[in-house]
Amino acid sequence: MTTAPAKAGWRFRQPSVIPGFGLTLGFSLAYLTLIILIPLSGLVWRSAALGWADFWAIAVDRRTLNALKISFGTAFLAAVVNVVFGTIVAWVLVRYRFPGRRIADAMVDLPFALPTAVAGIALTTLYAPNGWIGHLLTPLGIKVAYTPLGIVVALVFIGLPFVVRTVQPIMEEIDKEVEEAAATLGASRFQIITRVLFPGLAPAIITGFSLAFARGVGEYGSVIFIAGNLPFKSEIAPLLIVIRLEEYNYEAATAIAAIMLALSFLMLLVVNLVQTWSRKRYG
Amino acid sequence: MADPEIKSYEPHHESQSAAVTESRPVKAVLMAIAFAFLAVFLLLPLIVVFHEALAKGVGAYTEALSSPDTRSAIRLTLLVAAISVPLNVIFGISAAWAIAKFEFKGKAFLTTLIDLPFSVSPVISGLVYVLLFGAQGLLGAWLKAHGIVILFAVPGIVLATIFVTFPFVARELIPLMQEQGNGDEEAALSLGASGWQAFWYVTLPNVKWGLLYGVLLCNARAMGEFGAVSVVSGHIRGLTNTMPLHVEILYNEYNAVGAFAVASLLAGLALVTLVLKTLLEMRYGAELAATRGH
Repeated sequence: MTTAPAKAGWRFRQPSVIPGFGLTLGFSLAYLTLIILIPLSGLVWRSAALGWADFWAIAVDRRTLNALKISFGTAFLAAVVNVVFGTIVAWVLVRYRFPGRRIADAMVDLPFALPTAVAGIALTTLYAPNGWIGHLLTPLGIKVAYTPLGIVVALVFIGLPFVVRTVQPIMEEIDKEVEEAAATLGASRFQIITRVLFPGLAPAIITGFSLAFARGVGEYGSVIFIAGNLPFKSEIAPLLIVIRLEEYNYEAATAIAAIMLALSFLMLLVVNLVQTWSRKRYG
Repeated sequence: MADPEIKSYEPHHESQSAAVTESRPVKAVLMAIAFAFLAVFLLLPLIVVFHEALAKGVGAYTEALSSPDTRSAIRLTLLVAAISVPLNVIFGISAAWAIAKFEFKGKAFLTTLIDLPFSVSPVISGLVYVLLFGAQGLLGAWLKAHGIVILFAVPGIVLATIFVTFPFVARELIPLMQEQGNGDEEAALSLGASGWQAFWYVTLPNVKWGLLYGVLLCNARAMGEFGAVSVVSGHIRGLTNTMPLHVEILYNEYNAVGAFAVASLLAGLALVTLVLKTLLEMRYGAELAATRGH
């Protein structure tokens, strides 16, 4: 790959004395195309080849709709839980000094590092009716494992670091002088938090929410152990894809995957718009 | 708390006015909530893994780990990581060099494409290879005619793993190399170094800790990936079962000790990853600065 033909005033790249542009860009593009782009466009091509009528029939199938509803619904709830608790965790880690803070901080990344299948069986064991947490909840009439609530628990685990790690650096950057200024002007601590601190954090919180949500929608490994996987009740969309594949129903698997991808991208778009709006409003 | 280090970090901590920090009871409540949340959602799952693995004693634990199927799962996981991590390292370095050292049209778009695998469900990452290489797939007939086996075999598992771990190294290196700029390389080149020498003796030492950081995360995900690998593996015991898949099989057979024994190895790997990552952040925080908040 060399520089594109030179139109007057248009350059594919700025001149530079550093060598290796063609080699590194060429290799990167080739690798990206082979590993990611060709396989993904295969999915798009297959679902386009389905035809509109077949595609629609799969999309409005009751089992598909329920699976999508469960995936997006539980991921949404889990992301909300994570926004609340993740923001508190981030605040405590950034603002307070206590012994073991570093360990608590490092622990937040555990869901990134722990394989999802391990998280899945561990959470199931904890929340099963005879588990450490489950046996405390059973007398209260709360069932977690093998219900949609279990899915939420697994997705809270998976999504936590996304919220904390997005909000934390922004909190660290907050200039304390702004808070002091607000205080000298007579604002109460509550007013400072809601009127001064929160607006600055809002874009980061929205980003963290969307990352946790997106990850939760697609999550598979940690969920299938704890969900119980009852069709129409606790069957998530990624699991339905796997089930359709095992039935050699490639069409249905492809269609569900295409819907999931489309919905996820749509959501990311909406989040981006909300973010631009909040930056304009508070920025 | 009269820790001198804490004092020097925040000299006015004790004397801070009430208006810029929360009152003591609010502080206590917030900390209690945070600790309870972290304990229930992070610490307990970790403890339960080791507790269940050792529930029937050390003998049962070591026995579970020495079964031939478990050993072959460990070997396969190591093999898959040993292939996919270096390939993604080469890609990561190459992509970071092109993106960080040069200005060209479409750079932002290329960066977005590199992050794409993070927003795709692992199951879909596996599915795309089934659609490509499966019996009904686009290349299925051709592969069969030529006797090439990709799906339900090691090549498929490696491909799916590369897909899901694709962005890790690149997205650590790109911001880091962008932050460092081109000055050092330009100096080396003007002193007569070849491009290769500039990379090997200047760039690589500059980014080595960031690179290690990316490799750590990439490796943890490569060894732990479940969804994508599950779709392309075919679950053939002793042949195409990675450690996470083996955990699932043992667990579904109600072999709790076996499942948690294998899981404890993966949890150990996660802990080692976290410790090394924290050490890197503590010691070389400045050299990783751009990569915080991953």
